[in-house]
Amino acid sequence: MKRSSWTDYQKEIADDKYYYARSCIRQNFFPGSEKVFLNILSKDLGRDIFDDPLHTSCTGIGYHSDVVPLETIMTVVARQFALMSEAGYENFTSSCITSFGIYTELLATWEEFPETEEKTRENLYKATGREFKKPKNLAHTSDVIFHHREAIAQKAKRKLVNAFTGEPLKVVEHIGCHYAKIFPKSGVGGSEFPYVLAGMVESWGGELVDYPERRHCCGFGFRNYLVQANRGYSIANSHKKLESMAPYKPDFIVCNCPGCSMFLDKWQYTIAEMEGTTYGQNGGGIPVLTYEEMAGLVLGYDPWELGMQMHQVDVEPLLDKMGIEYDPSAKYLGKNGRYMGRPEQALVNSCSRDTLYKIKR
Amino acid sequence: MKHVVVIGGGVAGMQCASELARQGVAATILEKESDLGGKVRNWHKLFPTFTPAEELLSALRLRIAEQPHIKVMTGCEAENISPRKVVLKSGEEIECDAVVIATGYTLFDARIKEEYGYGIYDNVITSADLEQMFNRGEVFLTHGGKPRRIAILHCVGSRDEKVCQRHCSKVCCVTGVKQAIELKQMFPDADVFNFYMDIRMFGPGYEEMYREAQQKYNVHFVRGRISEVSPTIDNRLQLKAEDTLTGRPLKMGVDMLVLLIGMKANDMNAELESQSNLRLQPSGFMQPRDSFLGNTESQIGGIFYAGTVTSPKNARESLNEAVAAARSAVAWLNNK
Amino acid sequence: MINFGFSISKPRAIDIDRNNLRKSNEIMREMPELQACIGCGTCTATCTAGNLTEFNFRKVHTLVRRGEYQGAYEEMNKCMLCGKCRLLCPRGINTRGVVMLIKRKLGDF
Repeated sequence: MKRSSWTDYQKEIADDKYYYARSCIRQNFFPGSEKVFLNILSKDLGRDIFDDPLHTSCTGIGYHSDVVPLETIMTVVARQFALMSEAGYENFTSSCITSFGIYTELLATWEEFPETEEKTRENLYKATGREFKKPKNLAHTSDVIFHHREAIAQKAKRKLVNAFTGEPLKVVEHIGCHYAKIFPKSGVGGSEFPYVLAGMVESWGGELVDYPERRHCCGFGFRNYLVQANRGYSIANSHKKLESMAPYKPDFIVCNCPGCSMFLDKWQYTIAEMEGTTYGQNGGGIPVLTYEEMAGLVLGYDPWELGMQMHQVDVEPLLDKMGIEYDPSAKYLGKNGRYMGRPEQALVNSCSRDTLYKIKR
Repeated sequence: MKHVVVIGGGVAGMQCASELARQGVAATILEKESDLGGKVRNWHKLFPTFTPAEELLSALRLRIAEQPHIKVMTGCEAENISPRKVVLKSGEEIECDAVVIATGYTLFDARIKEEYGYGIYDNVITSADLEQMFNRGEVFLTHGGKPRRIAILHCVGSRDEKVCQRHCSKVCCVTGVKQAIELKQMFPDADVFNFYMDIRMFGPGYEEMYREAQQKYNVHFVRGRISEVSPTIDNRLQLKAEDTLTGRPLKMGVDMLVLLIGMKANDMNAELESQSNLRLQPSGFMQPRDSFLGNTESQIGGIFYAGTVTSPKNARESLNEAVAAARSAVAWLNNK
Repeated sequence: MINFGFSISKPRAIDIDRNNLRKSNEIMREMPELQACIGCGTCTATCTAGNLTEFNFRKVHTLVRRGEYQGAYEEMNKCMLCGKCRLLCPRGINTRGVVMLIKRKLGDF
């Protein structure tokens, strides 16, 4: 994909010593991703990253659904920063795009309206007795992987290449709205031609697809998707994107936002069951990956260790294309080795569960 | 003989120098390019009469050639300006009795409006690129072939707070209508859509030309600004806008998109402010001494303005103002 | 097919690529002055029918020009042909003629 301006939008990304803030929903929908991020950083790249059990939700979901007031979320965010300071870290990295957007927005608000920062300090002290320092560096975890993309490429066990044809895989990237649409300067490459995922895809051998609805929102929108009556126009956004990208025959979609990865994956199931439409080349869906899963595959992690069995759309066609060896029968075994059940057959799943796999129970 | 330095050899500078010479004052034109003519040199035809730009330029060149007391210096830029002396970037100093600043404007860099993909997607061009194509006598798509549907977008880099250009560049609307007609003459079967926020037909014959574009040439006008452009799988461009007169979003594929780029104040204007104590407007254009009675004068006696250095103007206004600036300078020299 | 309690909303955008512009082109060829409309809304402001119903002459003919024919015939039927709009139009468009032309061309939409 052609881009001329991404180099104009560079941001500083810390190289080491990160304080890690998890996402509320990723641990349910893409449970392996956060664990793998920690492993990649500490084991593969030898960086210091602190996974703090004390931190909480940033309350972004509540904030964007009009149940958490601004003052409250400011205080919660201040508490995360206080925990970071107490743990002896200065570089904050968050796994969630909306959290990242909120941290960016609140830091900018405190800058513009110093009285709100004062008030927050007061609220935090009254509520918890804590004091905080603002992070020296704030980055989304996709920024961190982007920062280390060449180091990962050097350690790569596999590339984003079709093992049979040698052709680069065609990848659709989707950037969460709150990454750079609020503050274009906060994102690598800005908001119109973000480079954060594109840079990874290009460094690891894939080819990016630029399709007409690339910049369109997935439709998550919090209250819009939470309320059933609004889901019709929420899902219509993902529908629009999938319709627009399908002619390019992408091998997979990669997202940097918890909501987007969940939406683009699960709504494929919903659309298929409602309308009978599937968008993949094999009659099933298009696999949707997180950037950690993508990095994990490149670094040679086992797909089931990456948590890819939790996807709605089966990832096996992609794994086969990349020539990745995996144990099909181990797909539904939990970390403890016990069978954890498996989903019902659905239109969007191309892999026949009974003939291909002898599932270990 | 008194001597005035005219900085800038566009149509305003050329006209101003010839008027100074007619009034018996020697003039030196400083032009940074290798030829006189300024922005008009790259234009094909002028609105609303479709006069070839070359016709205007050759008439001005003739006026200059006829005057023995006009000296033209090309390829040189002024670095420091005061009423009695202009210092060039080369270090050369030119003594004079007064200065006319006719340095014009800068074309807005369309790449800054990233959402339109100029410099990234094929077949996204600017109005200036289109004039060059007209000059070469050929308009075609990047991969060859004729456009079947063309969109022209108004206000690119004008009336847009997001790119720090709040002002109206004034001439783009009428340029868009002119270019739509020229494209329809070239490709009668093509559909041409103009996307506009307001249509500002301020000059004589402009409104008439607008109506002719609509009624005679069947040019479509959609009141709505394009929000983004993306490439399609068949190598076209997909546009999104609102058709505000029906209150519905609108999308379409086009083969070519023409961006009507606005007039931006020169970066050097800020230097003029700091070096020479001249005043700037919030738009970055120079602030004349008085908007009504001192439009060609600066705050400093002996420094005058002509043309688009003070605000976006069409060629006719720049030419008139150049005469006015020359006469103000002569009157000032005589009263000294 | 599963009923999830909601349906996928249809796009509201006017899609010029999908719309069939044949009728619209015919209308413009027969009455090119309609293209000269500048959307001032005087016709709708004075419209006898438009003051009592949802009828909006300007909007309906603009939609027709974009290839959105659905319901245009029924809308134009609301026109009482009083002629006040034609009297006021600053671009001299034969607005009554437009009503009749659209009805003639789009009777079956």
